[in-house]
Amino acid sequence: MKTQTDVQTSEGALVPTAAGHAEAGRNPGMSLDVAMFEGHRVNRSAAERRCATLTSRRSVKKAHQAAWLVNAVRCVDLTTLAGDDTGARVQRLCAKARQPIAPHIVQGLGLDPEGLRVGAVCVYPTMVPHAVRALEGTGIPVASVATGFPAGLMPLHLRLEEIRWAVAQGAGEIDIVISRELALTHNWQGLHDEIAAMREACGEAHMKAILATGELETLNTVYAASMVAMQAGADFIKTSTGKESVNATLPVSLTMLRALRDYGMSTGHRIGFKPAGGMKQAKEALAWQILMKEELGRDWLNPDLFRFGASSMLGDIERQLEHYVTGRYADSSRHALA
Amino acid sequence: MSIQTILETMEYGVAPEDDSHARAWLDAHKDGFGHFINGEMTRPAHLFEVRDPARDTVLARVSQGQTADVDAAVAAARKAQPDWAKLSGHQRAKHLYALARHVQQHARLLAVLETLDSGKPIRESRDIDIPLVARHFYHHAGWAEILEDELPGQGPQGVCGQIIPWNFPLLMLAWKVAPALAAGNTVVLKPAEYTPLTALAFAEIAAECGLPKGVLNIVTGDGETGGAIVGHEGIDKLAFTGSTEVGRLIRERTAGSGKALTLELGGKSPFIVFDDADLDAAVEGVVDAIWFNQGQVCCAGSRILVAESVAARFETLLRARMTTLRTGDPMDKSTDIGAIVHPSQLARIRDLVARGAAQGATLHQGEAPQGCFFPPTLATDVAPASILSTEEIFGPVVTLTTFRTPSDAVALANNTRYGLAASLWSENINLCLDIGAQVKAGIVWINCTNIFDAGAGFGGYRESGFGREGGREGMRAYLRPSDAASGKAKGSEPAELQTGPAPQIKGAEIDRTAKLYIGGKQARPDSGYSYQVRGGKAVVGLAGLGNRKDIRNAVETASKAGGWGRATGHNRAQVLYYIGENLSARAAEFATRLESFGAGRKSAQAEVDTAIARCFWYAAQADKFDGAVHATKSDFVTLAMNEPLGVMGLVAPSAHPLLGAISLVLPAIAMGNRVVLVPSQAHPLAATDLYQVFDTSDLPGGVVNIVTGPRDELAKVLAAHDGVDAMWYFGSAAGGQMVDRESAGNLKQTWTECDDARDWSAKPGQGRLFLERATQVKNIWVPYGA
Repeated sequence: MKTQTDVQTSEGALVPTAAGHAEAGRNPGMSLDVAMFEGHRVNRSAAERRCATLTSRRSVKKAHQAAWLVNAVRCVDLTTLAGDDTGARVQRLCAKARQPIAPHIVQGLGLDPEGLRVGAVCVYPTMVPHAVRALEGTGIPVASVATGFPAGLMPLHLRLEEIRWAVAQGAGEIDIVISRELALTHNWQGLHDEIAAMREACGEAHMKAILATGELETLNTVYAASMVAMQAGADFIKTSTGKESVNATLPVSLTMLRALRDYGMSTGHRIGFKPAGGMKQAKEALAWQILMKEELGRDWLNPDLFRFGASSMLGDIERQLEHYVTGRYADSSRHALA
Repeated sequence: MSIQTILETMEYGVAPEDDSHARAWLDAHKDGFGHFINGEMTRPAHLFEVRDPARDTVLARVSQGQTADVDAAVAAARKAQPDWAKLSGHQRAKHLYALARHVQQHARLLAVLETLDSGKPIRESRDIDIPLVARHFYHHAGWAEILEDELPGQGPQGVCGQIIPWNFPLLMLAWKVAPALAAGNTVVLKPAEYTPLTALAFAEIAAECGLPKGVLNIVTGDGETGGAIVGHEGIDKLAFTGSTEVGRLIRERTAGSGKALTLELGGKSPFIVFDDADLDAAVEGVVDAIWFNQGQVCCAGSRILVAESVAARFETLLRARMTTLRTGDPMDKSTDIGAIVHPSQLARIRDLVARGAAQGATLHQGEAPQGCFFPPTLATDVAPASILSTEEIFGPVVTLTTFRTPSDAVALANNTRYGLAASLWSENINLCLDIGAQVKAGIVWINCTNIFDAGAGFGGYRESGFGREGGREGMRAYLRPSDAASGKAKGSEPAELQTGPAPQIKGAEIDRTAKLYIGGKQARPDSGYSYQVRGGKAVVGLAGLGNRKDIRNAVETASKAGGWGRATGHNRAQVLYYIGENLSARAAEFATRLESFGAGRKSAQAEVDTAIARCFWYAAQADKFDGAVHATKSDFVTLAMNEPLGVMGLVAPSAHPLLGAISLVLPAIAMGNRVVLVPSQAHPLAATDLYQVFDTSDLPGGVVNIVTGPRDELAKVLAAHDGVDAMWYFGSAAGGQMVDRESAGNLKQTWTECDDARDWSAKPGQGRLFLERATQVKNIWVPYGA
């Protein structure tokens, strides 16, 4: 594959910085280029070893830990994706999104309570109108899953129509699922064309491609699917629907980040990353941020390039921050429910 | 710093480990540390300072061990040894188990002390060193328990002198002390003068656990104290980990002392990245290889060899990774690279790097703070002859060189005096195992590096030393066979050689000429002389007077016969059986030959019969002396392969002219070695008769070479030859000492013994011991994961 060996590096960053644009230009995608991933091998043992030592190699304590947890809040896609979601349930979630951390804690951290918001609110398509209403004027984007989430096994034209409908309802971000069959059978052209069509259906809405890595299983396939999704124009690549038996893991994330980096080195485009599912604790928020900073550099700690797909993790973060501010451990019953 | 500011930079900030408990412990010893002898700390005397290299402050004052201290420690160990060995395995196991548990209970104190003393990052002492220390004591508690069942017929060596380095202070103590105590030995250990503190804390832990007094003795001090241990007559076994330079001195000083010796020395280990490797994984491997413990690791992968086709991308990734390495305060939890252990080591690293740069190397360096720190360094444009390629730097400095093909990679990898470890990166297991077999290294890590476990052997080939630590092979170093050779033997001194014509030779009807046997061909001695072989009464024949050049030719042809080592055990067994068959066909002739030397008929026939039986026994072993799969870490297969040593010099005992030679040649070649045999000087003709047997038994040329002549003169040439990988010498005490000393040149393994110390016609003349001595264990770590 092509590489730029003359890239100036600092803090591990190998992807060129966004050139001058106020908002980073979107990934236009490209035609399928299998040379960028075929033959690329990922050694699972080595990936696991790297991940096992990430959080023992880096430690953030005290004020730094508090700041890193606040940053995690900024990057959370606060999510509800349940069969019993209702308008009221979504409104409650949106209220939490507007004020993810209790004001006395935020003030205790020396921050402006009005300035702290989550990255987005993520819901099913039919919940989009409720979320859009509840978040009006906040600037918090509404993300909608689409394309027959979570399995994606619907006719393509219906999946594309679902995207268009959600966008029309005001969704600013669309989390699509890929067809696992196309990835597992290595039908890369088919996968590329589907995702490219979805990207087109998204229009101005940013597209996150969910790879459902728990069902792809091998890291080689994860790398290849990541690359195909980016070549097809994904703005973000995302690990999981949260519905697979294995959701976001660090080795899978590491593999996707390296694909993302390699795509950036080849094309100059900066792709975002979203781990989703299974992350419940504040220390996981730290672990994933350490991974981002170590592998890609500081820029990938901003919500335009990094999101957590999580909901219960926010509650644990809030408790940890309260402890930092007050020196006492709080019970979750004292914090507003998401 | 405000949260708002941190949110902008997203720096890690500082995360210092609390060192107050360790400092309180040091404060309690502010009057200085004594030695730990006979279960008690001695009064501090002859104090020297121990410093924290990261802060350049004094941590403690420690006693410089004097000869009298070493004497007292050895005496205490000697006194304690019989009772310690008499304990049941279970009782010793309970003591070792207690040590393991107490190491865990004091784990953080030991980790913080280690980091203060050595400058290594707290992450490493906390997550790697100390857990491995506990693991070693657990593992060896197990060996103590099952020793009699698993390694029967063996007993302890006695009193062990152990000298350990400063790079893994407590871990090296564990590697040495745990197997020694498990086997029933007692110990006098000297920690390195830069880093004695955890050993002293461990002494307190041993006392806390109720380890019987005198079983473990710790004497602190510098090289002089170490010298007193090396030279001490009361020590039965020496184990040393440190530089090749000092290892060589120890080899010379212990020559002929009869002390068992194991050496773990330096390395310049290759790190080979093939074109189908996961390059990101390999980059992270480099971090674990050379930026672990500041590169102060004997098995560090310090020479990156990368396939030319992926070299540019690999270098890009590696240099990007270097920018995220953090060099600095070792007590900070986010530090990757801590302090260099001592300013003198820092000066050495700087000097070597400067010389490498002057020779044309390009340096790529990260950042390091002021003080005793050195930045992570990658050197490119490094020729094989560069000082950076040849010298062990023992710092965070790695070279990068490209190769074209796998065989090119092997040639570069083996282009070194050392042979400790190798790390191979490829997603092709076929390729990995092929290259793993070809690299000269005691440890091979496939798609990983610097992985350690008590259950696997650790130790090197070539000038990286000999002996193994860990696993079953490591236990062997602390045991000796209960029916070991008698220590009271004197050894034979052959009569002076007569090179003039003999009065009259009674022999065969048609004159026979015994020649040398080199490369599968009979060869006249270079000297052009022959010497008289005397029988019971008269001269019975002439033998060639071999010299230096004959040995040179024999070694050269033997080193070219490497295919023998790659033949299957079955192939080698066939040849050995065939030798037995042909020997049997000519049994009467060999018996007559032995009788001509003065042996009685019966004993001559018995010697031939035993020789034939030995052919069968070693043929049987050729495909059965297996390696092992060690149970180590999860998701790893750890293969312990018995590999031949290479070219061996064999000096046969004087008595038993046929059986003596056969008893050495057979185990050596059964395991795939090639040999240069110096047969009985007095009666070499039984051995030279053998070459006709070899010729008719499909033995490839060069596998066995025979040079007759002056025993000790020829032995000296062999021992001093860098192309000879091991020496077995059975002769006189003085000759054995000479062989040990001369072998220090390339640190070849030696087995020197007086030739009348064992009964060659009985059980001690044959057995697994010979096979173990004819092989070295290579541990290959193969991780798996779909």
